[in-house]
Amino acid sequence: MVLTKRIIPCLDLKDGRVVKGTHFVGLRDAGDPVELARRYNEQGADEVVFLDIAASKERRGTIIDVIQRAADELFLPLTVGGGIRTIDDMQQILRAGADKVSINSSAVKDPDLISRGSERFGTQCIVVAVDVRRNYRMEPGRTPITLADGRECWYEVVTHGGSRSTGLDAVAWAREVEERGAGEILLTSMETDGTKEGFDIPITAAVSGAVGIPVVASGGVGTLEHFYLGFTKGKADACLAASVFHYGEFTVRQVKEYLAGRGIPVRL
Amino acid sequence: MKKRIVIIDYGLGNLRSVLRGLERAGAAATVTSDPEVIAAADGIVLPGVGAFREGMGMLSHLEQTVLAAADDTPLLGICLGMQMLMERSEEHGVHRGLGLVPGDVRRFIPVAGEKVPHMGWNTIRIERQDPLFEGLGAEEYVYFVHSYYAATAPEYTLASTTYIHPFASAVRCGLAYGVQFHPEKSGAVGLRILENFIEQVC
Repeated sequence: MVLTKRIIPCLDLKDGRVVKGTHFVGLRDAGDPVELARRYNEQGADEVVFLDIAASKERRGTIIDVIQRAADELFLPLTVGGGIRTIDDMQQILRAGADKVSINSSAVKDPDLISRGSERFGTQCIVVAVDVRRNYRMEPGRTPITLADGRECWYEVVTHGGSRSTGLDAVAWAREVEERGAGEILLTSMETDGTKEGFDIPITAAVSGAVGIPVVASGGVGTLEHFYLGFTKGKADACLAASVFHYGEFTVRQVKEYLAGRGIPVRL
Repeated sequence: MKKRIVIIDYGLGNLRSVLRGLERAGAAATVTSDPEVIAAADGIVLPGVGAFREGMGMLSHLEQTVLAAADDTPLLGICLGMQMLMERSEEHGVHRGLGLVPGDVRRFIPVAGEKVPHMGWNTIRIERQDPLFEGLGAEEYVYFVHSYYAATAPEYTLASTTYIHPFASAVRCGLAYGVQFHPEKSGAVGLRILENFIEQVC
């Protein structure tokens, strides 16, 4: 047998409850995170991601409580992201029962955090979330990506839910986070996130081809075929989705059965 | 009476899931770095994630306690804990391990299209029947996250997994057991392995 492709439901949390917005605004309450995680576990989810979208130091306790409850009941891999800025934050979250921490804006602001985290906790613990947006103003030194319609652009790393540009080239940044010791990249395209039109295939394939660590595709899944394309054309190692699972459009098992039927190795 | 299983706390890793997994599997489990508690245990679990050299460094003050206890107490190394049972590792230079299982720890050499770390669910093939695998099928899915693997002789290989090439995903030498995957993250199959360690081995 071979290493299987992973299906990862993502639970966006605010004050310990699950929410999911479109383009990170217009949030709706979708329930208790541990309940939802248990349901996904029963459906055959390969991992679960908890993303604390309103994280702050004062409210750190809420997510710690969720991680502890989830780790006590569910024996599957847990990744936690949102508001992680220091080695101490990572330590608290890993101690509570998470297996991996995901860092995003704080990695852009302080890339050395990736190196220090991976030295302290191991490469496999450190996921770097990379949010990207297309930039059609080609400049020297940018990695050109050709879109399906033939247009050329480069992808810029953005932070704070897409509201801040960083000037970083996404492919170059992906290589840098790997060199600094990241164990995985969680790639979300702001172009497709919330659209249900499918993953952003060109940048997913470009990043996956540029690094030797696993890449998780995120943002935009709406149909079963989108998962298939994420693995085949996007060359992703895992696909992450939120709303299609929360609102019951598909179960994780349906996705995996579909993929198995199309020859993608999955754990059923 | 419940078996007393100790999880060695040397400052690394997510011990909570291992603790809850052992409790769920029926053990009286404690997380400890107390040599007396370790010496009195029915079974020892050596967990661990992270780097080999740092792991051995943080374990150094407990090394003699663990080696002495391992003479007559079953021990289960998990992930880095398994790698530390081996004689030496090539991670960031050559470093000495506990030497409870003959063999070396080596890095996966990436080939085109294969990522390192080996991260996700893969199957173990049982190579030698052992009480640790009671009730399991010939191939079962378990969860892996690692960049290094143990290279050991077939006589110490309980189960194998293929990623880039076949490697030992479970080892045994005497009372020292090691699993490269995370049973505490491998759902019902993982819990069964922990239960077997407690009930069949210890």
